[in-house]
Amino acid sequence: MFLSSAIRRRPAFREGWRTMAPVALGIGAWGLMTGVAMLKSGLSVFESVAMTLLVYAGSSQLAALPLLVAGAPAWVILATGFCVNLRFVVFSLHLRPYLLHMPRWRRLLHGYLTADLSYVMFTRRFPRPADTPAGLDAQEAYLTGGYAVTWLAWMLLSLTGIALANFIPTHWGLGFAGVLSLVAIVCSMATTRLRILAVLVAAATAVAAYALPLKLNIVVAIGAAVLLCFWLEKRLGLDPAQEDEV
Amino acid sequence: MTAEQTDAWTLLVIVGLAGVTVLTRCFFFILDRPWTLPDWAHRALHYAPGAALAAVIAPEILMTGGHFIDTWRDARLYAAAVGVAWYFWRGGVLGTMLAGMAVYLPLHLGLGW
Repeated sequence: MFLSSAIRRRPAFREGWRTMAPVALGIGAWGLMTGVAMLKSGLSVFESVAMTLLVYAGSSQLAALPLLVAGAPAWVILATGFCVNLRFVVFSLHLRPYLLHMPRWRRLLHGYLTADLSYVMFTRRFPRPADTPAGLDAQEAYLTGGYAVTWLAWMLLSLTGIALANFIPTHWGLGFAGVLSLVAIVCSMATTRLRILAVLVAAATAVAAYALPLKLNIVVAIGAAVLLCFWLEKRLGLDPAQEDEV
Repeated sequence: MTAEQTDAWTLLVIVGLAGVTVLTRCFFFILDRPWTLPDWAHRALHYAPGAALAAVIAPEILMTGGHFIDTWRDARLYAAAVGVAWYFWRGGVLGTMLAGMAVYLPLHLGLGW
């Protein structure tokens, strides 16, 4: 969308760009490491570049790596990616009124390019959708300016990481950096008691059920964690939305 | 699968994952008419993402060659523990990764753990 000069000319584009610029380095550094991790987990250069350019979702890329290497069936990898990305489903409900006036291809392109930070910055700047066409245009330009920075930083440094990884010996084990960044993301998701429990149950189940074929241990682990939490919610009368507003 | 080898199946999965990115990021504005998730699905949103990631990484940290690790001399354990500690002390994905790798690399390369 940042290829559209009509959007770039709106003043809000620059505002979005400037707001996002300071965090671009952090995003880029994560991209750099993801680039290294993809290659060092055993993907080819072409596969790593394709994954970077197409998937554009760090945590689902990193989660897919061990599954791809283990030869898990496609549906298990895609289902895992879907679960990892579920937070975006929540974001999309929030973004709907900001985008619904546009043609579908345009909404989908904006949605595809709006990752976590762009969403957070955008909804912080504009708590409500504008009620005039000019206001909606400005909001679109701000969103585009913000994710343009994110996209460029992520792509440039991911590709740099892929290039650099060729010079790093595999036995250094830099692929583990990908696991470590997922550790941080898991910690960021474990915000309530039940969510912490879900994480622990899923981890234990995935290890215990590791011998299952087709990497089904992942699917069983997610199922066990979610069902146990449902049961506890009911049993203890907990309201997840009350514990944590998602 | 060996490094440096591109295969069609992996590329197909990558294209599928790109589809998953579009599907999840656009979930509620793909269709024009408004709609909502059933209640159980809405509740699952609280638990499934963390569970999915934990399920992927736990074996990567705790298992070797399909078996639970039987030694404390494993760099991954200490790197992950330091990573978690860093996250709750300072926060941030990048810091967690760097702190963990700062423990992992010396143990792994220096001591061969």
